[in-house]
Amino acid sequence: MSAPTVLEMRGIVKQFPGVLANDDVSFDLRRGEVHALLGENGAGKSTLMNILYGLYRPDAGEIRVGGKPVTFHSARDAISSGLGMVHQHFMLIPVMTVAENIVLAAEPTEAGVLLDYDEARRRVRDLAEQFGFAIDPDAPIQDITVGQQQRVEILKALYRRADILILDEPTAVLTPQEATELFGILKNLQREGMSIIFISHKLNEVLEIADRITVLRRGKRVDTVPRAGATEEGLARMMVGREVLLRVDKPPATPGDVVLELRDVHVHDDRDLEKVRGVSLEVRAGEIVGIAGVDGNGQTELVEAITGLRSRASGEIRVDGREMPLKASARAMLEAGVGHIPEDRHRYGMVLDFTLAENVALHDFRYPPDSRFGWLFPRVLAERTRRLIKDFDVRGGDPQTRARNLSGGNQQKLVVAREVDRDPRVLIAAQPTRGLDVGAIEYLHRRLVEERDTGRAVLLVSLELEEVLSLSDRILVIYEGEIVGEHAAGVTEDEVGVEMLGGQREQVA
Amino acid sequence: MTEPLAPEPPEEETPTTTAGRLMLKQKAGGIIPPVITAIFAFFMGGVVIAASGHNPLDAYAGILEGAGINWFWDHFGNTDVIDLTTFNLTQTLLRTTTFVFTGLAVAFAFRCGLFNIGGQGQYIVGVVVAVWVGAYWGNALPNGLHVVVGIVLAALAGAIWAGIAGILKATVGAHEVITTIMLNWIALWFASYCFGQGGPLQNTTPGQESVPISDDVFDKSHAIIPILWGDEGLQALHYGFFGAIAALVVFWVVLNRTTLGYEVRAVGINPEAAAYGGISVKKNYFLAMAISGLFAGLAAGTDIFGWKYDAGVLDIQASAVGFVGIAVALLGRSTAVGVGLGALIFGALDYGTTRGLDPEVFDPTLAGNLGLMIQGFVVLFVGADLLILYLWSLRRKRFTTPRISGKGA
Repeated sequence: MSAPTVLEMRGIVKQFPGVLANDDVSFDLRRGEVHALLGENGAGKSTLMNILYGLYRPDAGEIRVGGKPVTFHSARDAISSGLGMVHQHFMLIPVMTVAENIVLAAEPTEAGVLLDYDEARRRVRDLAEQFGFAIDPDAPIQDITVGQQQRVEILKALYRRADILILDEPTAVLTPQEATELFGILKNLQREGMSIIFISHKLNEVLEIADRITVLRRGKRVDTVPRAGATEEGLARMMVGREVLLRVDKPPATPGDVVLELRDVHVHDDRDLEKVRGVSLEVRAGEIVGIAGVDGNGQTELVEAITGLRSRASGEIRVDGREMPLKASARAMLEAGVGHIPEDRHRYGMVLDFTLAENVALHDFRYPPDSRFGWLFPRVLAERTRRLIKDFDVRGGDPQTRARNLSGGNQQKLVVAREVDRDPRVLIAAQPTRGLDVGAIEYLHRRLVEERDTGRAVLLVSLELEEVLSLSDRILVIYEGEIVGEHAAGVTEDEVGVEMLGGQREQVA
Repeated sequence: MTEPLAPEPPEEETPTTTAGRLMLKQKAGGIIPPVITAIFAFFMGGVVIAASGHNPLDAYAGILEGAGINWFWDHFGNTDVIDLTTFNLTQTLLRTTTFVFTGLAVAFAFRCGLFNIGGQGQYIVGVVVAVWVGAYWGNALPNGLHVVVGIVLAALAGAIWAGIAGILKATVGAHEVITTIMLNWIALWFASYCFGQGGPLQNTTPGQESVPISDDVFDKSHAIIPILWGDEGLQALHYGFFGAIAALVVFWVVLNRTTLGYEVRAVGINPEAAAYGGISVKKNYFLAMAISGLFAGLAAGTDIFGWKYDAGVLDIQASAVGFVGIAVALLGRSTAVGVGLGALIFGALDYGTTRGLDPEVFDPTLAGNLGLMIQGFVVLFVGADLLILYLWSLRRKRFTTPRISGKGA
């Protein structure tokens, strides 16, 4: 019953300095199947696909497309062999229309030089119809949603006559509804005979869409299994190499007094656009309040306002009942008891060229015991850092190691350690697990719940809906800078997902 | 949960300032690039010497002797011999003293991610103040105090002058490179006015009305820094030399052992993380510039009270000690030890190529230009070694982790 193999990678080896990114990995793709490539960050998924797409040269191994051995020197070679890749970050030109973007670099022309726009539009429309895409060819890219932009990327690949489609973490940027729509499209494509490689580290979606699943761990292929019979637990074990607690086990919250209170807060971004439009919320001691939302709906600005990195235009912020002035500085917020795990740890969370000890001191270096009268005490810092390294299981360095040399997960642990160690009244966790692997995520989730249970107020802002839903005791939904919904724990993804797209705004507001 | 396209991407933060990026790149290579830079610069200088029909080795040997470096193997440890070699060495160390201060003036700002091109202007302002205090206050103060007050005020003048650029940077975001260059010219012409004919600080010696030079500290108050080595009145080495060494130590201590230095370095490497840490980036921009200017002012104060004793329009307009400081800081990678060694090299080059050089070996006028050329080569190669490091990293990336372009949407 198995369809013919359209693509085969055999014994692929790729060595980077210090890392064997791909160690004798084999992979094959059958006609008309969705084959998921599952693995943690750094497992070698992207390396393997970049080799397939001609971006890297393998050190050993061979690639066959349609049974013939091929050597790709660039993406151009891969494209001409019928491969199409949809990257996580789209490569579209915002001011051009859908049709213009799709035909780019292979435009139908008039008299050899002029773009034949009507012809382009016609071809795009035909293509969309053939595969069941709902898309307006004349819409400028900047006016369509991220989900639609992704469809444009897929259409672009189809337009270039791809019959093997590689999707790199395609749902990372989508809402649950958009993801469902994407899966519908993929099923259509499958019916039309397309073969699809689906890169992901999300167990549930892999189980939903894939026919077969290949799991990579530390550069090695662990196994390839059919979907039938695969379970989340089993796949997680293969990914991590040990039992993983997938669900966050937490006792019910026992909320105390209100620690963080926002009243009608408005915040503008750098271009002076109003990104937060009258947010009111409260977070009590001993509870985790999660903010769900699609990226770019004001979460970043909201967090910056609460942490004093950006001054708000209007509205009140109270920490522990104390009203903070409009222009409260980051330092004032820190001193009032706000701890902040920033969404971008490289940009904000640490100074990568500082040592771990220096990074641990980032907020409190100016107070005893870190310093006195402006004089730093490196030994005190080193001691505290050693303690945090031990307590928070930070691996790969000592206090004098440069932060740059730690892995992402360990850097994040250090950031969390520093913030928690300051004993803040309220902890703002912005995307605390972004870019981390399953093991580190498990640890950080457990830690946040522990912090809650010690009576800390936690405000969790995350683009990962699953994370918000499983960790939070209350869930707020943000859309275009407004809180459009509030739910108790136990709400379903679908209910929240609709609101994330603004569907319920009228009723709530 | 996004996985980057390139596997194991090097953890990189991107400093937002040019100086910050330069600094990061420089640090990457350790001690090797500055050594290579210096060797390359001297090699290129050698090529120029050869092109002019001289033997480069002879010329460099001549410069070495002109700078008095041969003292170390001829009379090492014996400070009693007063001969040409000794004299040459004291002259080299005099210039080294100045260059340590002007080098630190650039290096300190550098560590905060700022490029202080204004060392020259800050130095000139310091000179004006030092001359004013030293030669026009009569004997209002006891000599020792007079010197201290003069140097302190010169340092403050430099700090204020640089602080202007710092404030402009902090408040309206004016780029420090532009503002310090403009402030250099303002200082230059202000000093030219002060020391020029009819200027408030022109000399009061009868019969010298047409000479655009100030009064002399040595003659007017004799408030001078005590002599360390050599003959008073013969441009001897003064105790300011130890001041320069102390300044290097202070520079290191402030940066590495104080909260002020911690803030400056954090802002220099990653202003956004610094802000997140509750550090005021603007305050540090101002402070780092002011402290930089302080060092330039110290250079002026020790020069005037140590061995120059007066200043004239021609001196001011020909002086380039602030600019040499840029080369010193770049070559020294803005570290204390590096600046010290860089200052010594440029001090030796400055004196060894001009007055100290035996005209038989190499024409001093030609050699003076050679010194400038080597200085230019150093600045050029510091830029170039960044380029070399960059190319090197590209080469490594090609075989290891190629960067994929066009990743952004």
